[in-house]
Amino acid sequence: MMQKDIKRLSLILLFAPFALWIVLLIVLPHLGMFYISLREKVAPRTYEFGLENYINFFAEPIYWNTLIRTGSMSLLVTVLALLLGFPIAYYIAKIAGHRSRGALFLMCLIPLWVSDLIRAFGWILLLRETGIISSSLQWAGLVNTPVEFLYNDATVIMGLVYTVILFMIVPLVSTLDGMDDSMIEAGYNLGGNGPTVLRRIIIPYAMPGIVSGCIVVFMLTAGSYLTPILLGGKNSSWFTEQIYDQFITRYNWESGAAFGFLLLAFTSLVVWGGLKLSGQTLNSTVARS
Amino acid sequence: MAIKPNTAFLASYRIYVALFFVFLAAPLVAAGMFAFNDSQFPSLPWQGFTLDWFFNDSEPKLGMFHDRRLLRGLYYSFVIASCVSLLSVFVGTCNAFLFVRCKFPAKDFFYIMMVLPLVIPGVILGISILLLASNIANGAEEALSLDLDFLRPGIVLVVLGQFSFITTITSLVIIARLKKFDASMEEAAYNLGASRVRVLRTITLPFLFPAMAAAGIVAFLVSFENFNTTLFLVGSEAPLTITMYDRMVKVGSTPVLNAVSFFLMIGSALLALVSILVQRDKPQT
Repeated sequence: MMQKDIKRLSLILLFAPFALWIVLLIVLPHLGMFYISLREKVAPRTYEFGLENYINFFAEPIYWNTLIRTGSMSLLVTVLALLLGFPIAYYIAKIAGHRSRGALFLMCLIPLWVSDLIRAFGWILLLRETGIISSSLQWAGLVNTPVEFLYNDATVIMGLVYTVILFMIVPLVSTLDGMDDSMIEAGYNLGGNGPTVLRRIIIPYAMPGIVSGCIVVFMLTAGSYLTPILLGGKNSSWFTEQIYDQFITRYNWESGAAFGFLLLAFTSLVVWGGLKLSGQTLNSTVARS
Repeated sequence: MAIKPNTAFLASYRIYVALFFVFLAAPLVAAGMFAFNDSQFPSLPWQGFTLDWFFNDSEPKLGMFHDRRLLRGLYYSFVIASCVSLLSVFVGTCNAFLFVRCKFPAKDFFYIMMVLPLVIPGVILGISILLLASNIANGAEEALSLDLDFLRPGIVLVVLGQFSFITTITSLVIIARLKKFDASMEEAAYNLGASRVRVLRTITLPFLFPAMAAAGIVAFLVSFENFNTTLFLVGSEAPLTITMYDRMVKVGSTPVLNAVSFFLMIGSALLALVSILVQRDKPQT
């Protein structure tokens, strides 16, 4: 009896911090945001309930175009990160020797410990008109005038891939690491060639890691703010920029909350679609432990 | 080796991997290198080596260790990161015991709730917390004429905002370690007559300590470099990333920002190294 009481008490004591954290900092703020997004300002300090903020969003093509643009560019970044990152993860998990494996993995993690801001700053120094690449090209005689590499979509996409690719590589390495080499050898022994083994054995095995990496990468990209602004300039049209604009510049919190909610709903929808398509669940991927 | 590809393929594969690491390093090298260039602008040509951007005490080449605003930003970042780190390790440890040791209904659902903050965009976390806090503060002011200053943008909100998603990271790190714990060690201690508190203090917590320390360092670093969530919650006490961003947008890039970047890169590299060393399994003594 005593034992049972202690169990229950410790469960309550352990559950309390968790509940406080999730309810006060995650659930309530998001409910509040949804609630505020449904308010319309009819006069100073008077509000009515309605869908006005959402109607405004769909009535103004700039807004929803920006959201669609953010979503499609984020998908492109996710695909690129997967295509570029998978060979690296495979190399680290399966090809590199025992000693170099750890070192390579650590090297992959280094940019993770450096702020987004510094990474973007580094790219600016490399790519701007007076930057390192432009002056090197001039010095080598390949071009006659300075070249501006910043402020275009390709640079934004490259910068975003750079920022997020680690979140693709890390889950991939840990899934591929758990794969038995004999599975691959068996594939070869049964007469499969490289592409077949990759498609029929390695990719299906790595699927939880692939999906988990894709979810995190997509969410991070769609929610990123610094990289598109600094590398894309004022015309980068990233949706988080619109949210910032509504909140800080126009001080229109109701509409900003609606935008925030739309971004959350849109990205969750994409993630849900991706999970359905790949036949995975949140439990088998991101929440895997 | 798993696959036996031909040598030409392997060679080009190696070149690709090498190029990838060059790509990873390039912007970091660029950001660090100009901290030592004796020039007003962080761009080529190279004007010679200098440490002025760290230690010089007068304009126009004011070094970072004499720049009051940057130093203040560094101080606030340090305070915020320490609070976030302590809080998130405490809650993360509780969460680890909760999810590894306890049985309760809807556990899978709560586990997903715990992981969720990691995939919510940082900007959304920032604005939702800002909205809730401001509404509570406004409500308290109107209804009770209470001035709840800590709910206005400022250091407390920044700490709460960062804590809201960093706790997920610390929980996952500590959970992974607690799962490896051999329960028979605790049973042996109970059989020898030890009390619950004593077992926790002398056996379980020492086992968890490396993971707690590593989680604390990770939390510290993530907090230090966070921008998206902080941006909406910041008051007059701006942490370093916000100060640097302001400087970059308003004044343009000067090599003092490179000096700060270099300093931060070295600092986080050292901390990351410590976190790896404490997590390494030592032979039992």
